[in-house]
Amino acid sequence: MSTELPVLTDKDFASDQEVRWCPRCGDYSILKQMQKVLPGLGIPKENFVFVSGIGCSSRFPYYMNTYGFHSIHGRAPAIATGVKLANPDLQVWVITGDGDSLSIGGNHLMHAIRRNVDLKIILFNNQIYGLTKGQYSPTSPTGSRTKSTPYGSLDTPLNPLCVAIGSEASFVARSVDVDIKHLQATLKRAAEHKGTAFVEVYQDCNVFNSGAFKYAQSKAEKADNVVVLEQGRPLIFGKNRDKGIRVTGLLTPEVVTLGDNIREDDLLFHDEKAEEPSLAFMLARMRRPEFPEPIGVFRCIDRPTYNEAVEDQVTMAVEKEGEGDIEALFRKGDTWEVQ
Amino acid sequence: MASIDEIAPETDSPFDGKPVEQLDQVVIRFCGDSGDGMQLVGTQFTNVSAVFGNDVSTFPDFPAEIRAPAGTLSGVSGFQLHFSSHDIFTPGDAVDTLVAMNPAALKANVADLKRGGLLIVNEDSYDQKNVEKAGYASNPLDDEIALQGFQVHRVPMTRLTRDAVDGLGLSPKEAERCKNFFALGLVYWLYGRDATPTREWVEKKFARTPSLIEANLNALKAGSVYGEVTESFATHFQVPPAELPPGTYRKITGNEALAVGMATAAKLANAELLYSGYPITPASDILHELSKLKHFGVRTFQAEDEIAAMSATVGAAFGGVLAVTASSGPGICLKGEAMGLGMITELPMVIIDVQRGGPSTGLPTKTEQSDLLMAMFGRNGESPLPIVAPATPGDCFFMMQEALRIAIEFMVPVILLSDGYVANGAEPWRIPELSDLKPLRKRHPQPLTNGQAEKGFHAYERDERLVRPWAKPGTTGLEHRIGGLEKSDGSGNVDYDPDNHAHMTATRAEKVAGIADHIPEQDVEGPDHGKVLVVSWGGTYGAVRTAVRQLIREGEAVAHAHLRYLNPFPRNLESLFSQYDRILVPELNNGQLSVLLRSQFLTETVGLNKIQGKPFLVQEVVKSIRELL
Repeated sequence: MSTELPVLTDKDFASDQEVRWCPRCGDYSILKQMQKVLPGLGIPKENFVFVSGIGCSSRFPYYMNTYGFHSIHGRAPAIATGVKLANPDLQVWVITGDGDSLSIGGNHLMHAIRRNVDLKIILFNNQIYGLTKGQYSPTSPTGSRTKSTPYGSLDTPLNPLCVAIGSEASFVARSVDVDIKHLQATLKRAAEHKGTAFVEVYQDCNVFNSGAFKYAQSKAEKADNVVVLEQGRPLIFGKNRDKGIRVTGLLTPEVVTLGDNIREDDLLFHDEKAEEPSLAFMLARMRRPEFPEPIGVFRCIDRPTYNEAVEDQVTMAVEKEGEGDIEALFRKGDTWEVQ
Repeated sequence: MASIDEIAPETDSPFDGKPVEQLDQVVIRFCGDSGDGMQLVGTQFTNVSAVFGNDVSTFPDFPAEIRAPAGTLSGVSGFQLHFSSHDIFTPGDAVDTLVAMNPAALKANVADLKRGGLLIVNEDSYDQKNVEKAGYASNPLDDEIALQGFQVHRVPMTRLTRDAVDGLGLSPKEAERCKNFFALGLVYWLYGRDATPTREWVEKKFARTPSLIEANLNALKAGSVYGEVTESFATHFQVPPAELPPGTYRKITGNEALAVGMATAAKLANAELLYSGYPITPASDILHELSKLKHFGVRTFQAEDEIAAMSATVGAAFGGVLAVTASSGPGICLKGEAMGLGMITELPMVIIDVQRGGPSTGLPTKTEQSDLLMAMFGRNGESPLPIVAPATPGDCFFMMQEALRIAIEFMVPVILLSDGYVANGAEPWRIPELSDLKPLRKRHPQPLTNGQAEKGFHAYERDERLVRPWAKPGTTGLEHRIGGLEKSDGSGNVDYDPDNHAHMTATRAEKVAGIADHIPEQDVEGPDHGKVLVVSWGGTYGAVRTAVRQLIREGEAVAHAHLRYLNPFPRNLESLFSQYDRILVPELNNGQLSVLLRSQFLTETVGLNKIQGKPFLVQEVVKSIRELL
């Protein structure tokens, strides 16, 4: 029997179910890029599991010809943790949205990340509740006028990457739904990371929040609005690649123009491996219109995974106590005989 | 006092020269401040009595606060132990010997002491301050009228303990803390108990602090010597070993038995087990016990909340391992939604509810049986789940395995209803032979080859018992999607068709109802027809059985059916009812089992209901039965 894996294509990962997102929804592209990335990972198809919560994005597993679990609102990280602990050989993906993961499921997201369970969490951020037809979400900008906030929303939005970094994430990245090559590369990096990989994808809800990320999607605008993070490279952006990010004082970023006084060497050089999360945090907080918004891998460090630690503890217990002996367990403590 | 069979002649060891009185049973209660170590001495006395061969039944009763203000009524902690020379089922209604370490403990407990009973107090703690804190106007020990009828022993325990540990370099506080061992030593002497297991326990417990080993052992000995040399104790007592079925025994609590039951099930099924939990009284001990059993293939996961513990359980079941979670009422409320997910995805798992007083936070450390209807109906939609309930601490071992067996044979979440009384109570447990236990078999469909895979895998294709296959992720060719949306029978694809929804709802209910063919028929103790059938469930078993036996001995036509399977009920239950004139249903709730019996069988029932956070007294049940005779 050959031990070589059969050659898979994106079609192998498409299920027979009709995809039912609104036409031109950003989810289509994310689904397609996922189906393109998975065949190249060298993982048997039966070892992929997709777990989702509730929301438009959470229909994702139904369209993947893998093991899938469309669960309940907000709980996908906890369910996925159970799957991973049950069988650490599986590659477990969590598909979630901004409401699902940051509102009702905020607690589970935070704890999965801080434990560093080996999960790939993809957050489709469209800054709106789409499935319930247009209420503001925890990532909607303050003042958003939606069905539930006709006078404008009052809450300060959460920044998903800051939540992840604050939860001690070992891998944090951001991409954009229609930036096909970048999204594929980012998903691949997430898949290859050992530990929780957290990826925010800017995703357009063209029905309830159309154009929220146009600045990062349209060819005409994105060059000035987005800076692509590359390991060891300076942060340069702009149509003419003449603008950069420089850091002054205590990690205070500023936009500078490359020219006579400012050379590339003066700019911030990206380091996703930095032990301290401060740089990643600073980058995550860079927001339009003051700054271009970074996409790419913000942080990628090695940290022990929870699921490996669980297995190691079991191995250690067996080494220390020997393979569990039920009859000895029955007789634990004081026993006595009745004739 | 308990009935006295005979006055035994003077004997040698373990009794000294004083006369020995033989008793067939004793109920002793240790009570004091929650910092006084009463649970510890109660547990130690239980151990040595069990090892000695008595039948034992215990009732630990402690406040919800870890350290309520010292000396107050709200801080009183008690541990009651019933030990006997015959088989017993309850910790006893009334107390023969009460050890009250302070005035508050006396005030909270003296009403339960029998007339003529032994009252042993730590005289040193009955100072003005403690007397006032307990709400007494003056020192109750000086109130001869109030204490009339008790044999009062005023023992200066604090002072004698200090003397006993003098010179060991302990601080005054540390020295005083040993006084519970003084009290223990005294009652060991009183009942001729061999202190060896306790001495060994102390040596192990304080292995890192030799001065504490010596101090506690000195205090233990000083208590015993006090009984021997002072005039105040004229006799001591002997309770001979009980005649239990032959075998090897150990003492076990309900929560321990659940943990051992789970590890055993994992072993029998040759499977891994993931236990997910969130700390909650009175269920936390299950997590504590299991977390020590990693070498049995047990993984434990302390989740961030109850919802996550339930969700991880659903995930682990999908992943193909034995999956269990436990909580108490408030936590089960939070788990409800994910239990519904387990139900509609038809995955096997067990949810343990160690019931406590409710609603809301209620009485966290007190027992109640008021979650039965929540277990039946506490989820949205039509979502019947099987329910089992162990009768005693030892029975938790068997019912845990039954719950897992039903879960994996029928692909369904099973609820196991324990309660605070069963969970914390202890009894002698006859250690089973592994070979006598029912086998537990996990079945997973085999991988599909390329050719077979063409047809696709149908995740909801059912067998003759309506059970769908448990396909493990990682198996070639069985890729499938499940979820909380209604699905088409057979394929498992999302399906909103009205007729399909009706069909699936009926099918899920029918599958659960069909479990009745795979559980034992209901048995009855007592005559097979008569005036009253007492129907009980859960931790009230002991009180009800003792009451029914008493009335049977008196010649009454009374019988007892104790239900361990609550959904579905045993097949023959309805036919039993027609054999008796009246059905009495004692419950520690407002009549929840009655609701189920009446609605399912259109039968009349009479309720005996108690909602005080306390178990039934035998005499309460006896009285209630008599009223129907």
